[in-house]
Amino acid sequence: MKKRNAAQNTAFGVFWLTGAVAVLIMGFVVGYIMVKGLPGITADFFTTSPRGGLSGDGGIYSTIVTTFYMIVVTLVFATPLGVGAAIYLTEYSSNIDNKAICKLVSIARFGIETLAGVPSIIFGLFGYALFVSALNMGFSILSASLAGACLIIPVIIRTTEEALKSVPQGYREGSLALGANRWETTWKVVLPAALRGISTGILLSAGRIVSETAIFFVTLGGSYRVPHSLMSGGRTMALHVYYLAMETRAFDKAMSTAAVLVALIIIMNLTINTITSRISTKQG
Amino acid sequence: MTSGTRRTGIEKAMKTVLLISALASVLIVLLIFIFTMKEATPAFREIGVWKMLSDTTWRPGNDQFGILAMIAGSGLVTLGAVLIGVPLALGTAVFLSEIAPCWIAGIVRPSIELLAGIPSVVYGLFGMVVLVPLVRTIPAPGNAGYGLLAASIVLAVMILPTIANISEFAIRSVPKGYKEGSLALGATKWETISRVIIPAAKPGIISAVVLGLGRALGETIAMIMVIGNSVILPTAITDNPLSIFLSRARTLTGNIAVEISYATGIHESALFATGVVLFILIMLVNGSARFLMKMGVKS
Repeated sequence: MKKRNAAQNTAFGVFWLTGAVAVLIMGFVVGYIMVKGLPGITADFFTTSPRGGLSGDGGIYSTIVTTFYMIVVTLVFATPLGVGAAIYLTEYSSNIDNKAICKLVSIARFGIETLAGVPSIIFGLFGYALFVSALNMGFSILSASLAGACLIIPVIIRTTEEALKSVPQGYREGSLALGANRWETTWKVVLPAALRGISTGILLSAGRIVSETAIFFVTLGGSYRVPHSLMSGGRTMALHVYYLAMETRAFDKAMSTAAVLVALIIIMNLTINTITSRISTKQG
Repeated sequence: MTSGTRRTGIEKAMKTVLLISALASVLIVLLIFIFTMKEATPAFREIGVWKMLSDTTWRPGNDQFGILAMIAGSGLVTLGAVLIGVPLALGTAVFLSEIAPCWIAGIVRPSIELLAGIPSVVYGLFGMVVLVPLVRTIPAPGNAGYGLLAASIVLAVMILPTIANISEFAIRSVPKGYKEGSLALGATKWETISRVIIPAAKPGIISAVVLGLGRALGETIAMIMVIGNSVILPTAITDNPLSIFLSRARTLTGNIAVEISYATGIHESALFATGVVLFILIMLVNGSARFLMKMGVKS
């Protein structure tokens, strides 16, 4: 028994260690970026645009604007499609007796799973071939958002599906019993009840757009100027970090921009967690 | 009555619209495949599929488009990431699901969530500034710090959350009765974990690792930043075979990203061909993960 207990103690020690290492890695990466990056952040850093050239001078104003545009435009494309798909899959697909449509639903599920596994550089390549070149949209916010939408559609579908599934079945039954049809039930009863869950999905997708670099590297052009329309090119904050580190080797500015990015991601994560825990306390 | 017809009309219209949005993903996947394939066809035709896959020389100026060096680069960096990342991820998954007290899990879980959220460009930057100088201190001729080792470490951290989350889920879905039965028979907690719970969760854990592999193969920006991007077949630079990880390399993803902006003609087509190879590789990996998951559900 002693030997068995000793084995257990050793094993558990190792597991405690791996858990601690995971936390330490996070602490070290985030801490390092913050410590090196925060000193370079002043009010000017947010209000001036990069000056271009090889010095890496200037702030990140234009990259904040571009990031904001990218989030909004991508979500405008992806949200209706993603939420629509999720509604069909959770609210409609269960009671279909038509075999052909059943087949379509399983094809749709396969498509979504496949799309979720496509690496982002392939979306970039696709966006470059179709939107930038074939459709003549050039390196622009429009091209990049369309390519970016492909990345986040599966995310929105998955989170919306989860949100819809967590709405109690009784809500639907009550509404249907009162004579409302499926769509009226979905629109007036189920969707409002699932709104918080859906909004976390949208926030999560916004986070993906903020973090994404590969797609925009090949579709957004990389101009450091403030975009003035959907057809302007630009660079998001993440892309700016890449250019600063790889082309101008301005590591101090890159660190500061990275610190802003990480802070933004932390805030988004906290918001998502707050919303999610509110949902569970409400239902629990 | 008319309002009734209108309501049924809306219901029918919405049903169709929603079905179409559900099918949009299929359409996108098809479009992606068709467009990359179409652009890649000239390269496949003129250079030859086998020639591309088996040739290690990539010199666009010389019309030489072999991608074997990049396949090796992607493969080795993924292997390195798996060797470093999987033990850590699985340990964390077991720790979170079976061992950690609630409040500790409340620290570890958000940390992993944050690791998953950190943009890959930030990992790349961290790699350039912290890991590359560290690797450079290893004494070996021609070791510049940039290369497979630094890239593998970065990638290991990046796939940790994917593998840890899915494995934790797999471990948690093992029926409680298994655990209770084992404990009731007098097994210790560790014996229960190692001989009952982990074997039962094995299919889920394996598919978690395979999905992590898929993520690793697809990573682009962080890899460009730390791997050195030289198109060479990685070789050991000292007598120690492990020194192969000190070699510079280029990944399939990096090959596309670095060159696409200025490539034209057959060169551009060869980059799309690189994309097709990557796409098929990842489909195979993800497909086998899905297959394993289904097998697990059946048994």
